[in-house]
Amino acid sequence: MDLRLDVSQRGEWSIVEVGGEIDVATAPRLREQLIALVSEGHHRIVVSLEAVDFIDSTGLGVLISGLKRVRTHDGAFAVVCSEPRILKVFEITGLDTVFNVAPTLDDALASEG
Amino acid sequence: MHAAPDPEVVELALPARPEVVSVARLVVGAIVASDPLFDDERGADLRLAVSEACTNAIQAQLAADERTAVPPVGLPILMRCTVGVGCIDVVVTDHAGGFDPSTLVPHPEVTDPARLEYEGGLGIPLLRMLTDHVEFRPTGDGTEVRMRFEPHGDPVRG
Repeated sequence: MDLRLDVSQRGEWSIVEVGGEIDVATAPRLREQLIALVSEGHHRIVVSLEAVDFIDSTGLGVLISGLKRVRTHDGAFAVVCSEPRILKVFEITGLDTVFNVAPTLDDALASEG
Repeated sequence: MHAAPDPEVVELALPARPEVVSVARLVVGAIVASDPLFDDERGADLRLAVSEACTNAIQAQLAADERTAVPPVGLPILMRCTVGVGCIDVVVTDHAGGFDPSTLVPHPEVTDPARLEYEGGLGIPLLRMLTDHVEFRPTGDGTEVRMRFEPHGDPVRG
């Protein structure tokens, strides 16, 4: 299954727009992208899941890893998600209380992460 | 994939490769979509739970293959989906030597900052939350995960 990653910069935020399905087969690419951004000095990261059709525990684990990496640099990490089916996965795992989950990209960029 | 004798049963033999988890999702997604008792949300629960079970099985199988054989044994993961009256049962079986979820060391709560030390550990809790019943049974050489889904039994939805 395909995973699309589109990285852009807006101000001090790096934006990773993800599309497709995040599972055990595709999550490593997202993990590598987040590692690369942090190692390049980008410590304020927004991951947009607006074009994501599916996410499982492997994908959530990669986001946890990303959050941990930016926190070690006193950075910020936000997730954009408004799709109820994806939001539900955050809610039932309790991760909606761990991540800054914003309904729009603008909301995420306006947040402190 | 081969047809089972019972038309209400679908069986898949999947190679233990991460890429095939999406195939399992496609198949169970099609099955649940054809059952009018299951709405889209419950169908999504089923797809996610089966995906988690297949992911666990494949990762266990790959780890077992690395431990036990050169070249790897490469035994398939089996998924059996039975459409019953008012429920769908899915069984995922591996040959990875066995797994006892009761031996898992619980991770800190997600709200505990220490939880960030652990990337994994969410799959089994998700399985428990998304199914109406889940059971992990040892087989002779592996583990069988038996899941039952009911259309209105989603404990998350209340």
